Amino acid sequence: MLGKLGLSAIPFSEPIPLITSIIVILVALGVLGLITAKGWWPYLWREWITSVDHKRIGIMYCLLGVVMLIRGFADAIMMRTHQAMAIDAPGYLPPEHYNQIFTAHGTIMILFGAMPLVLGFMNFLVPLQLGVRDVAFPTFNSVGFWLTASGALLVNISLFVGEFARTGWLPYPPLSETTYTPGVGVDYYLWAVQISGVGTLITGINIVTTVLKMRCRGMSYLRMPVFCWTSLASCLLIVAAFPVLTATLAMLTLDRYLDFHYFTHTAGGNPMMFVNLVWAWGHPEVYILVLPAFGIFSEIFSTFSGKPLFGYRSMVAATLFICVVSLMVWLHHFFTMGAGAAVNTFFGISSSIIAVGTGVKVYNWIFTMYGGRVRFEVPMLWSMGFIFTFVIGGLTGVLLAVPPADFLVHNSMFLVAHFHNVIVGGVVFAIFAGMEFWFPKAFGFRLHEGWGKAAFWCAFIGFWVTFTPFYVLGLLGMTRRLQHINFPEWSPWLYLSVVGIAILILGVIAQVMQLVVSIRDRERLRDVTGDLWDGRSLEWATPSPPPFFNFAVLPDVEGEEAYWGIKLRAVETQQLAPEPDYRPIEMPVNSPVGICTAFFAAVFGFAMVWYIWWLAIVALVAAFAGFVVFAWRDVHEFEVPVREVARVDRARRAAREALLERMSRHGALP
Amino acid sequence: MSDGGSPAMGDNGSPAVGDGGLPASVEALRRVREDPHRLGHRPHGPREVVAGAGHGATGPANKRVIVGYGFWIFLLSDIIVFSCFFAAFAVQRGATAGGPAVAQIVDLNRVAFETAALLLSSYTCMLSFAATDARNRLWTQLFLLATGVLGLGFLLLELQEFAELAGQGITPQRSGMLTSFFGLVGLHGVHVAAGLLWLATMMAQVQLKGFRPEIIHRLMCFNLFWHALDIVWIGIFTIVYLMGSGA
Repeated sequence: MLGKLGLSAIPFSEPIPLITSIIVILVALGVLGLITAKGWWPYLWREWITSVDHKRIGIMYCLLGVVMLIRGFADAIMMRTHQAMAIDAPGYLPPEHYNQIFTAHGTIMILFGAMPLVLGFMNFLVPLQLGVRDVAFPTFNSVGFWLTASGALLVNISLFVGEFARTGWLPYPPLSETTYTPGVGVDYYLWAVQISGVGTLITGINIVTTVLKMRCRGMSYLRMPVFCWTSLASCLLIVAAFPVLTATLAMLTLDRYLDFHYFTHTAGGNPMMFVNLVWAWGHPEVYILVLPAFGIFSEIFSTFSGKPLFGYRSMVAATLFICVVSLMVWLHHFFTMGAGAAVNTFFGISSSIIAVGTGVKVYNWIFTMYGGRVRFEVPMLWSMGFIFTFVIGGLTGVLLAVPPADFLVHNSMFLVAHFHNVIVGGVVFAIFAGMEFWFPKAFGFRLHEGWGKAAFWCAFIGFWVTFTPFYVLGLLGMTRRLQHINFPEWSPWLYLSVVGIAILILGVIAQVMQLVVSIRDRERLRDVTGDLWDGRSLEWATPSPPPFFNFAVLPDVEGEEAYWGIKLRAVETQQLAPEPDYRPIEMPVNSPVGICTAFFAAVFGFAMVWYIWWLAIVALVAAFAGFVVFAWRDVHEFEVPVREVARVDRARRAAREALLERMSRHGALP
Repeated sequence: MSDGGSPAMGDNGSPAVGDGGLPASVEALRRVREDPHRLGHRPHGPREVVAGAGHGATGPANKRVIVGYGFWIFLLSDIIVFSCFFAAFAVQRGATAGGPAVAQIVDLNRVAFETAALLLSSYTCMLSFAATDARNRLWTQLFLLATGVLGLGFLLLELQEFAELAGQGITPQRSGMLTSFFGLVGLHGVHVAAGLLWLATMMAQVQLKGFRPEIIHRLMCFNLFWHALDIVWIGIFTIVYLMGSGA
């Protein structure tokens, strides 16, 4: 009846997961209780859970990502402290638990932390920047988000029901086959990643279609903000690469559940095929993450330098170059496989060449600042910290792209330092920069600047103190994922790294304080204009937060930097464009299909993990039934009456009038 | 193209011509007529612009174009899934682990019937969409039914093949080659089965709801899906069966 599930699945004998689970459950119950007591459920259901508004979905993606980043960071703290305590000593984490932690850390940080955040930014921004009202498929957008959330839920359930994989974040066979890992850990990984991968694919298709087919009038390709370009490139990579992950994990699932021989080391299975396939997804995946990050930085550099982005077209070309070449470098993750000199040479060269595209971008960002009137606001600090950090990470990457050098540091702490250098320095810094930058747009008030600066400096210094020792340790010969360390001469570096993580903890506290203080002082920090950074792209043409239909009348774009043009014209003529002729707006109706599908997907995944076959079938049938019910509905859209459209837009125009007056009084614009 | 020649557009960017208007396909037909050999001699420029197609700077595309476009992208991603299974078969086709080789398990006679059934079903599927274009519910349903029957025939033949092989102890668990063989052919079979489920749902929808725009969009997507499965089958037929039988 319950498959393999029994009371033994609860880790009663292991205090750390047990206590963590109890705390997590209590906090979750507390939150649910608070929502119930305050009677917030109808509001949450109506405005968020069933919402198909791209902005709401984007915000929920970011919320999920932030929570998962904190979870992954907790894993990181445990790994750092454990290693520091495990030098010729047992440390405090038994091997099977430590292995789960580094696996969960990688999986969560990449797939459930960084990915949702990046997808969240794309969801929130792309329609606003393109001057349209929603993404191409709003309801599927909701389905995609909730599927990602169910994947994250499954990973976290594994904390207190059963165990998580101990294989590393990419479950290499034959270790991940049932012969060597019979437990449910790898199955949790497989179903969680598979379900969230489907969600990611849906979002990828959605954004590609939105960018290619839903731009406002006049928004030709070469007038799109660079963030839209990088989102397009990133989502093209999602469409090209995530199916590879789906296929690969499906094969491993068949191996584990039905004794197939895709990746076994017996009966003609081929473990290296897994490694090839999974990195054919895995390398594009890092560019899926970092390309939107480049887009975020491009917007920030241009806005805070008060200049158009330097080399816009070369930026677009570099983005597409990276998009294509990122599919041709995967083998550099396993130069040591023994594919031979010719193959390694090809991939070594392609891996070095891809850095050229990034180099073009770095110069463009620097030249954007050159001669500009640079404002050192918090987003700009993160962006400048990014350039410094990312360039060093890129240089060590080029070093690793040289096969003979890679042989020496393969799978060492040097590698760990490198990829944290690019992913933290690139993606995470971009996320924090973007949050500072667009938070006022999303919520209508800006974040507290002092705490923001504190958070940046703690993160920046903490990052370098944590990860620079890794480079040294790697060169000293320390391999990654060590549960036990018997070289006391490594200890100073490991201790230094713990100091670094302590500084990073201060950074996280500063971020939380920033949020708390900003919410407390929201009236003082309110953005009444909708354009508090003197922005250049269309999202700043909307009020903060934007109305659910984004634009009362779709803009008609007449050049690059769409909003900048509108703004300049308003300043020159000393008046706004004449009031448009308002029309009623058709908007998609909310739908619970996303949360329903995701719920059944989570039940299905859980049932499959524990071999509860009947429940799996029930969940599948229910999911299909849900879709049929959804397909049967007759009302897809509702009409926003002209009166409402006019009311919202007149308020926006009034705020703009006031801004215009203030600007001309102070001569803030040319 | 003069403005008078383009399908009239509603204010909100959707075709004003209602259910009967299929601007994208009408436009495609017109282009073929004016430039049958696709030499590109028709002048480019502002006059070329088709409102609602989502090209260039004309504003958002209409719903039909968006749905079709998004579904095409989904199909591309699905084809990438297949490509991985093809790759696995290419890697593992010699990995017989002392078991049967590819040539010993393929039965070209049955596969010929399977292929005929599937290709014919694509043809009837296309006919059903032609009937949909003419808003003829009876013929739409009849051709959809024919598509379903042929698809079901294909699936039954495949199941018979699998059952026969299993009867001889030839199962995916036997060797890497058989794993990738059953995986690839089976994945296609699962797609056909899912397609049949979709087909049945669509027939019910057409019957109960008629040719509403969103149902026509779904029929269009189903057509694309069914044809894509055919294309994948051509690959399987060639690479697994034809090339396998000679190996």
